[in-house]
Amino acid sequence: MNKLRFFDATLRDGSHANAHQITTDCISRYCQAVDDAGLYTVIVGHGNGLGASSLQVGLSLHTEAEMLAAAKPNLKKTRLGVYLIPGFGTIHDHIAPAIAQGIQLVKVGCHCTEADVTKQHIEYASTHGVEAYGVLMMSHMAEPERLLAEAKKMQSYGALGVILMDSAGALLPKQVSERVKRIVAECGMAVGFHAHNNMGLAVANTLAAIDSGALIVDATLRGLGAGAGNCQVEVLCGVLQKMNIDTGLDFYRLLDVCDSIVTPCLQKKPTEITSLSLVGGLSGVFSAFTEHIKKAAIRFDVDPRDIFVELGKRKVVGGQEDMIVDVAMNLAQRTRKDDVSFLMESLL
Amino acid sequence: MTLAKTKVAIIGTGNIGADLLVKVRRSSFLECSLFAGRSLDSAGMRFAADLGVRVTDQSIKAIVGDPGCCDIVFDATSASIHQEHAPILKGLGKFAIDLTPSKIGSMCIPVINREACLIESNVNLVTCGGQATVPIAFAISQVHPDVEYIEVVSSISSRSAGPGTRANIDEFTQTTKDALLFFTGVPHAKTIIILNPAEPPILMRNTIYSIIPKPDLDALRLAVKRMEKRIQEYVPGYKVIMDPVFENGRVTIMVQVTGLGDYLPPYSGNLDIITCAAVHVAEAFAKKKQKGGHE
Repeated sequence: MNKLRFFDATLRDGSHANAHQITTDCISRYCQAVDDAGLYTVIVGHGNGLGASSLQVGLSLHTEAEMLAAAKPNLKKTRLGVYLIPGFGTIHDHIAPAIAQGIQLVKVGCHCTEADVTKQHIEYASTHGVEAYGVLMMSHMAEPERLLAEAKKMQSYGALGVILMDSAGALLPKQVSERVKRIVAECGMAVGFHAHNNMGLAVANTLAAIDSGALIVDATLRGLGAGAGNCQVEVLCGVLQKMNIDTGLDFYRLLDVCDSIVTPCLQKKPTEITSLSLVGGLSGVFSAFTEHIKKAAIRFDVDPRDIFVELGKRKVVGGQEDMIVDVAMNLAQRTRKDDVSFLMESLL
Repeated sequence: MTLAKTKVAIIGTGNIGADLLVKVRRSSFLECSLFAGRSLDSAGMRFAADLGVRVTDQSIKAIVGDPGCCDIVFDATSASIHQEHAPILKGLGKFAIDLTPSKIGSMCIPVINREACLIESNVNLVTCGGQATVPIAFAISQVHPDVEYIEVVSSISSRSAGPGTRANIDEFTQTTKDALLFFTGVPHAKTIIILNPAEPPILMRNTIYSIIPKPDLDALRLAVKRMEKRIQEYVPGYKVIMDPVFENGRVTIMVQVTGLGDYLPPYSGNLDIITCAAVHVAEAFAKKKQKGGHE
């Protein structure tokens, strides 16, 4: 079996769990501590990647340049990486400056059926000395056949691998296996998996991916991430050791980083499967919507679970946070109308 | 008809070129004398040929070979191809209306700067997202010159975004942001573009967020309403679906664009917003030319 590569998203997806307020001091200390733990890359930046700091998805405390500058000198063995979703960030404003700051790897992501929008960015990165990987988000929304076709496009642009994201934590282990196997069998490039834990399946789904031939594990320490969080790297590492699968990771080092930095510095509250994240996973709605939905539910006085279910029906994709306010307003109006009709009926 | 129609050529036979063709054919001031692309087999080309329009697979070379065929050229190819076309069209003395996000000519949002554009040789129509959101951002900046930040999010259906739009997503994002900065003078701006593959396809929807120290929602509502009316004069399906609301420390406005259903079904308002703007500018140019105001 080929060696597994661990892509660490603690500072990136974990940024969601911190409302994008991770300090540069935490970034420096984290990178320094985790540098020789055997991770392939540490991804740094806003939860939705470069250029995503916005009113739509949340503003970052620091600029990208500040975050990358805090990480770079502290990563000697592990590659400094970034994430970018075309439509949020651009080559001119974001990728080129990040490359000038010394990043070595970029993951370019898009909704799982739209791989052609990643062409410019993957091509640019891979021809400018940076390892480029494709990411297919919300991969529960497409069948294996379609994901294979999209992965092949990314491969043709120069991607070294493709990572399937279960952005809503909506996939079952069997569905993960079907998706990973299909691409591994016909694509001949590294396949990765990024889990979300809405249904308590993040570690199990990642194991299913590895068992199906995935070579890239995209996960976070303590499972820190949007919504119910991600696959917990140190847990997975322990489980893989127990299964006699070589991870190349320093298990105790990961535990030490968790205890000394992640828990005190990055974990504002325990990562748990709240009632709302469970409803989110079952509705198939992007995990990072959770905090916005809570705010809108209060603002418009509606049940946040109803917002999740309605968004699921409308098949919203990552980045469509503006739909939350729209749905909440509509639900509020509907409730008011119901109140009126109830009143009318009771008068009759 | 007392006056001859002004002749136009369309280069680029994708969704935008084909939609443009339908609108030009409806115009009382314009007539399409050439529909140019690189393959006679493309869906758009067959569509044009079926309508009896003169077509060619020689792209811009056909105009170089027959410069008298048109006065106005719409370029609906891609940003990189327009870079090659722009100097050629300039050399031929054509009025170029560029529907790619190349940003070579002056940026044109008709409702804001139409007249100034008519004396240019090449005008750039920014992007569909720009045509839908910059006027609202402009209205905000007129009411509140102290607006600190404007951010727009455009969601379009995957089906309406053809290969050209997808291949140019980077320029699309960048150019829309540049237009927001240019037309409003706001110090910081951001653009987000989302392709949504949901079936049935979603209508084009745009959200405009702004950070304003003390927002006057009544004045904003009036200004946005006025702007909506003016845009509806050339884009009938343009509609403000959420008046300015203050929530979460930001002013939020939403706009939806329903298409006329000319080439693609009405969900493709993103085609209409830019093709209607293009035809509107071309008609203004044609009227001015007929009055002898140009050249």
